[in-house]
Amino acid sequence: MTRKNSTESERSSPGLGGAEETQDFVTFTIAKQLFGIPVLKVQDVLASYQITRIPLAPPEIMGSLNLRGRVVTAIDMRARLGLPPREDGAETMSIVVEHDGELYSLVVDAVGEVLALPFSAFDRNPPTLDPAFRAFSDGIYRLDDQLLVVLDVNRLLDYGRSEAA
Amino acid sequence: MDDLLSEFLTETGEGLAVLDVELVKLEKNPNDQELLSNIFRLMHTIKGTCGFLGLPRLESVAHAGENVLGKIRDGELAATPEAVSLILECLDTIRSLLVTLEETEAEPEGDDSDLIARLNAFAEGGGTMQAAAAAESEAAAESEAAAEADAEAAAQMPPIPEPASDAVEAAEAAEAADAPAVEQPAEEIVAQSAETAVTEEAAAAEEPVAAPNTQTPRSTRKEAKEAKESAKESKGSSIANQSIRVNVDLLENLMTMVSELVLTRNQLLQILRSQKESEFAAPLQRLNHVVSDLQEGVMKTRMQPIGNAWAKLPRIVRDLSIELGKKIDLVMKGADTELDRQVLELIKDPLTHMVRNSADHGLETPEERVAAGKPETGKIILNAYHEGGHIIIEISDDGRGLAVEKLKKKVLENGLATEAELESLSEQQIQKFIFKAGFSTATEVTSVSGRGVGMDVVRTNIEKIGGTIELSSTEGKGTVFTIKIPLTLAIVSALIVECGGERFAIPQISVLELVRTRADSEHSIEHISDTPVLRLRNRLLPLVDLRELMKLNPPHRPQSDDGEEDPKAHSIGADNFIVVTQVGSYTFGIIVDRVFDTEEIVVKPVARILRDNQMFSGNTILGDGSVVMILDPNGIAAATGEVQLAEENSDVMAERHAARREELTAMLVFRAVDESPKAVPLGLVARLEEIDLSKVESSNGQNVVQYRGQLMPLVQMEGAKPLAKEGRQPVLVFCDRDRTMGLIVDEIVDIVEERMNVELTSQRPGFVGSAIIGGHATDIVDVAHYLTIAFRDWFGGEPVDSFDTEKQTRILLVDDSPFFRNLLSPLLSVAGYDVTTVESASAALQLCEQGETFDVIISDIEMPGMNGFEFAEAIKQDSRWADVPLVALSSFATPRDLARGRAVGFRDYVAKSDREALLTSLHETLAEIRGAA
Repeated sequence: MTRKNSTESERSSPGLGGAEETQDFVTFTIAKQLFGIPVLKVQDVLASYQITRIPLAPPEIMGSLNLRGRVVTAIDMRARLGLPPREDGAETMSIVVEHDGELYSLVVDAVGEVLALPFSAFDRNPPTLDPAFRAFSDGIYRLDDQLLVVLDVNRLLDYGRSEAA
Repeated sequence: MDDLLSEFLTETGEGLAVLDVELVKLEKNPNDQELLSNIFRLMHTIKGTCGFLGLPRLESVAHAGENVLGKIRDGELAATPEAVSLILECLDTIRSLLVTLEETEAEPEGDDSDLIARLNAFAEGGGTMQAAAAAESEAAAESEAAAEADAEAAAQMPPIPEPASDAVEAAEAAEAADAPAVEQPAEEIVAQSAETAVTEEAAAAEEPVAAPNTQTPRSTRKEAKEAKESAKESKGSSIANQSIRVNVDLLENLMTMVSELVLTRNQLLQILRSQKESEFAAPLQRLNHVVSDLQEGVMKTRMQPIGNAWAKLPRIVRDLSIELGKKIDLVMKGADTELDRQVLELIKDPLTHMVRNSADHGLETPEERVAAGKPETGKIILNAYHEGGHIIIEISDDGRGLAVEKLKKKVLENGLATEAELESLSEQQIQKFIFKAGFSTATEVTSVSGRGVGMDVVRTNIEKIGGTIELSSTEGKGTVFTIKIPLTLAIVSALIVECGGERFAIPQISVLELVRTRADSEHSIEHISDTPVLRLRNRLLPLVDLRELMKLNPPHRPQSDDGEEDPKAHSIGADNFIVVTQVGSYTFGIIVDRVFDTEEIVVKPVARILRDNQMFSGNTILGDGSVVMILDPNGIAAATGEVQLAEENSDVMAERHAARREELTAMLVFRAVDESPKAVPLGLVARLEEIDLSKVESSNGQNVVQYRGQLMPLVQMEGAKPLAKEGRQPVLVFCDRDRTMGLIVDEIVDIVEERMNVELTSQRPGFVGSAIIGGHATDIVDVAHYLTIAFRDWFGGEPVDSFDTEKQTRILLVDDSPFFRNLLSPLLSVAGYDVTTVESASAALQLCEQGETFDVIISDIEMPGMNGFEFAEAIKQDSRWADVPLVALSSFATPRDLARGRAVGFRDYVAKSDREALLTSLHETLAEIRGAA
């Protein structure tokens, strides 16, 4: 599948840093912070969706949903990043990504636009960054008016394996 | 054709094809080690399988080829084109041998020594230029010799089937060596060789004639070539290419997609149903059928005959019989029974293990067998068949069976149970200990089995796929294991339930029944220090509260507005459903809020993050598109503490207890007329109903109510107040054949299992006496009395009179109707007899075998299976009971029946309804016996 290839290219490309090259990111906000993940990783963006709760699951697992006949595991990004829970009844959106042959839906506050970001605006994580962020962040893009945290989907979703093991 | 052989042919055919390609690659990259080792491995496999199947000619050719390859791999020889062509030649020889093998199922006779010699020479000579040159000239010389040899061999042995291609080859070689060639037109050979693939031997038998008749020289080379090609073509249409190998993943994917298609179709059909008229109706209907066919077709691709899992067993048994010095006959029935390959893979090992066990532990040595009066050769029978969505596999042997005493000792040694516990267990329960971990009955640990990992692993593996395993063993006679497994794991039927606002699926296969509980009904959840239990048909059913287990929200019920209450009291509300679930032999109930219907679901694995949760076996998408989790009863049982073996299978235990020893009878306790408790045997009660009094009508001076499309007479107990005009009243419904009667009571109190010991003979009509039930003196109601009120012709007998007490005479009552068993049992017990009841003649004969003794046997005549007459004959012929007087019991008592009854040994013949006559007859029979004694 193309998934693997794209993963590799994404990972290597920010570091290689061709001068005027850009990479496309889907941006979203969680607790007013702007985040981005490479657009090639994203399979779908969903508005609110009927989610089946899964009893006894880790707290960040919101449940599972049916996306065109496939079962997708919904992950509450706020819980995942150690952010305070959103208010009851707050609107959410989901970004569906594939990881290791399985689909996951990252539940965020709002999904923004797709931005083409130049590598020149890329910065490594500041060492003082919140460990919860640093664990999943590839680095920071300096936008004109705010900062965008690049999330590494692989690390974000790999925890299940390492923690379960 | 032998499955093993056809598999070998397919596999080797594939191997050869790969080798061809790889060898050519090797020629281009002579130093590619990976390629080389792959080639070597393939050749080695071919050689190995030939040896295994006993094909010496093939093996020797392959061996020589392997030799050369080995040298090349080890760097002693270079992979020169000469080497490669030599090996390719070797492959061609193998191929041609395979063709014959496929046609005749036997290796062709013949000699490959020249090829082998050349291969060996090459291996020794070191493949230099000279060697190559020498080989070339040698090859020319030898091909001549070979042609001669072939022709000679063929001429010498005309009746031996020679393959078409061999003949062709011989012809070709002969021509090359300028020798006389085939007379028969090549076209005919073409036709024949094409035929051979289909008709096998017939054509092959004709073939050799062609070779020896070497009259016409210079038959055209072109023709011979054509013949060879067509031989190849004919091979193409044969077994090797009849089937293709498909990657399992591909099939799995296909299956998943079809499953999705099925679900989507279901959704569409659901939408269609809600619309009155739709132009989509017809195409959807067609889609529906196509999808169903597609699903079936794809399912079929996954199905494999169970024989595939058995293929290796004959050899294993053969080896075992030699190793153990036993004579074993393996009989396999139903090998073509098909089941899902996934399931097949999972039961392969358990089956092999069990057959090993049977051979090692089950069967005795020939000496022991002869000493035990059995044939020298032991039998292991494998039998597979379909039964309602399941496949049943029986593995039986006629060996020594399980020695209960030995098992007991072992159980004690391993500390699996105490002596006291063992005492209370039935034989069957003790036998079940072999399914416990760390249990092996073989005194000696042999190389074959008895490593202490055995039946427990088998059981776990089978239960993992939703199957069950049962065993029944008779010491000295043998053991039968019965495995029941679902046909497929891909689509399962599941019960959809709701708990705490969430829906779950429970695989239908593990669901025994559903029970609705209400605080005020017969079934209500009780607690033993917070542990919920349910009384279900005289058994205590452990309950698992799904809400608690899943840590779900308390129910959102409108009634639960009474403030702060104990959450547990909340969680198990007044109105619940219990899903009675069985895992292996452990039965428990799962408390849920609601039960929807069953649905066919496609099991999908859960996300990796959730995989360590044992409660779920997967998830699925329902017809309405929502995702639900599939509960795993095994996991739930494990999480909530599977009970010990001692408590397992209380069903069996209850049956056994009922059968003998304590003779427990379940009594339904109720109140009517006054406060004193009254009881009837529960077995007599068909149903408990609540009737609407306003629906009660009067007919012919009797209260009746319409019940299940019939008029059911309602009877009140003597002294009861007239019925109210409205409201609801509990009714005990009694049924016998097509007649139904309702006995109106005030309140149903309880169901108690008691030793049926009627203390007092009642003089009051309507009561048979009283007994202590649940610590209270309770009147036992004479149902028969009320039945006669409802239907005057129900019995035709008079109310019972009390009878002189006999001295605890033991009576065996054989009757297939539970109604009469339950009716007569208290009656006879009141009359002072010690009554044992069984439901069939065979059960009675079993008791006889077990050494029970009785003074009188009362037997029904019309029974399924063995009827009363046959039963009497069986007893009179040879059994310890030959002298026990028999009394026949029948609904019909014509003089002819009477005569026949007497002929087979019945002392008396009594009409079923005539209880007094029965008692009199018993009395007289016994008096006669005692008088005679």
